[in-house]
Amino acid sequence: MTSRAVQLTRRQTRASAVDRPERPRHGWKKTTWIWIFLLPTVVLYGIYTIYPIIASYWYSLVEWNGFDADQKFVGLSNYREVFADPLFWNSFKITLFFMLLVVPARVLLTLLVAMILNNPKLPLIGVLRSAFFIPVVTTTAIIGVVMRFILDPGTGPINSLLMKLGGGGVDFLGGQHLALPTAAVLYIWKFFGVTMIYWLAALQTIPYELYEAAKIDGAGTWQLFRYITLPMLKPFLIIITVLTVEETFHNFDLMYTLTAGGPYFHTEIIEIYIYRWAFAAPIPQLGHASAAAVIFGLLVAIVGAVQLWGVYAGRRLRGEQR
Amino acid sequence: MSAEVAVRTDRQRRLLRRLPWWIAAIVLVGIAVLWIFPFLWMLSASLKDNMEMFTGGLKLWPSKFVWDNYTRAWNDAHFGRYLINTVVVTVITVVIVTIRCATAGYVLARYRFRGSRIFLGVLVATLFVPTGYTIIPVVKISMQLHLIDSLGGMILALSGGAYVSAILIYYGYFRQIPRELEEAALVDGAGFVRTFFSVMLPLAMPVTATVAVLTFITTWNAFFLPLVFTFSRPDLRTVSVGMQAFVGETATDWSGMAAAGVISIVPVVVLFIFMQRSFVEGISGAVKS
Repeated sequence: MTSRAVQLTRRQTRASAVDRPERPRHGWKKTTWIWIFLLPTVVLYGIYTIYPIIASYWYSLVEWNGFDADQKFVGLSNYREVFADPLFWNSFKITLFFMLLVVPARVLLTLLVAMILNNPKLPLIGVLRSAFFIPVVTTTAIIGVVMRFILDPGTGPINSLLMKLGGGGVDFLGGQHLALPTAAVLYIWKFFGVTMIYWLAALQTIPYELYEAAKIDGAGTWQLFRYITLPMLKPFLIIITVLTVEETFHNFDLMYTLTAGGPYFHTEIIEIYIYRWAFAAPIPQLGHASAAAVIFGLLVAIVGAVQLWGVYAGRRLRGEQR
Repeated sequence: MSAEVAVRTDRQRRLLRRLPWWIAAIVLVGIAVLWIFPFLWMLSASLKDNMEMFTGGLKLWPSKFVWDNYTRAWNDAHFGRYLINTVVVTVITVVIVTIRCATAGYVLARYRFRGSRIFLGVLVATLFVPTGYTIIPVVKISMQLHLIDSLGGMILALSGGAYVSAILIYYGYFRQIPRELEEAALVDGAGFVRTFFSVMLPLAMPVTATVAVLTFITTWNAFFLPLVFTFSRPDLRTVSVGMQAFVGETATDWSGMAAAGVISIVPVVVLFIFMQRSFVEGISGAVKS
């Protein structure tokens, strides 16, 4: 039966247009099965994603010192405290600043490398792509720990090289002004491959014939880039930026293992701020942490919404081109 | 004679034309070696003794191979146990996530029912929810369900987390399968469940591979949730949490730490090398849709 079915698909995928989902005319038996199929997602996703999103709002309104302790409704006072806390604004600023440091580099440098690695004439292309991609799959928390040793001011290999060159002793992660840029460079290195794959996928949507035709018309490399590659990539630029920006908000693993927010809160992103109030404090302030978490959630949502609007605009742009 | 010369110049010309590409490739290989230098350094450090690690600097080849680092990491630093924990957590999570995403993606793509639109809308809206936002309620509810301080609880929390993209990948795939296929299955007498398991799911094999590999790597590398779930149970740590704890507990054994890092990272890298295509497909899917 299966093989017949497969043959059927092969014959008909080309012929028939994409089907719409079935109308709700099925009986109770089918409806039951539908919900049984959805059940694992409803339960797990409901408990561990949807419920926490809603519960955070309630927790942000209570005074709650420890997971076993009682909760006492205190209204908006947690928000008042969070807003009055200069360290919260510090972490807010650092989160956004980190995003601004990382996103342009990640988006533009990866485009450059992707364009080189997209050329079929380049030898060793598979090996090179894999090499640039390897850091992505490795455990971020472990990279963080190992990098602390590699960048160690006294005995790390980088500094012993610098020492041979006459410098050395640079405290990459301990210096107040150096720590965040260092973390940013490491972050770019770690997730470079992801954005590179995005770009390679985008580049592969450009038909090769376009380049061939332009070459026959006498276009040079720069002209090919300027008049074919760039306009064809424009709609992807928006989507790739959205994805990259949203990914930079998930940076707890690297920051925590590299610096744990130090030195003196100079790399404390909001996720570490929340962690510090909820788990690392002698008396956990879960209400306070929840208020910060809600604000963080709103920040991520607003940035996402603005950008999704950008995607929508991008889609329209792409539609007009056709 | 003249034909031979012609062949040779032809080949020479071809080689000459390819020369710039070879130069580019060599430059890129240099960059790539620098790129993976931290891993090479970690590998070499895991084989040096602690003295040489301090004095050796950039030198990668150890003067004496110290395999004992691995025994220490495996036994004294408990990385044998952490590795087992990580394997258990990862494998079960991958199975749960793949099944739940496949079934959910399937019904959402093939059937319109009351609430299906809202369901999809909620999924898309929560695509980017960060762990830092949900962590406090997740811990609280896990305590209420008596699931904190257990691998089972960690597995459930990890499989309930952000795998929206996996559902959407399945959704996209099942959506473009033509209706006639279902009808053919129906004619053959297959019911709802059999249609899914013996027709649809086998068809979606490439998607399943992609989702499984992506989930594997995400779970293996997870840090925030395992960290919080194992505060009072060091024996349940995963490798990523164990590594962080290692630095705090035995600050002097650097080469042991490097060995632990190698033990923890090798499985994902090996998986990646074998399943590269599925992984790349999954990531580029985000852009194509």
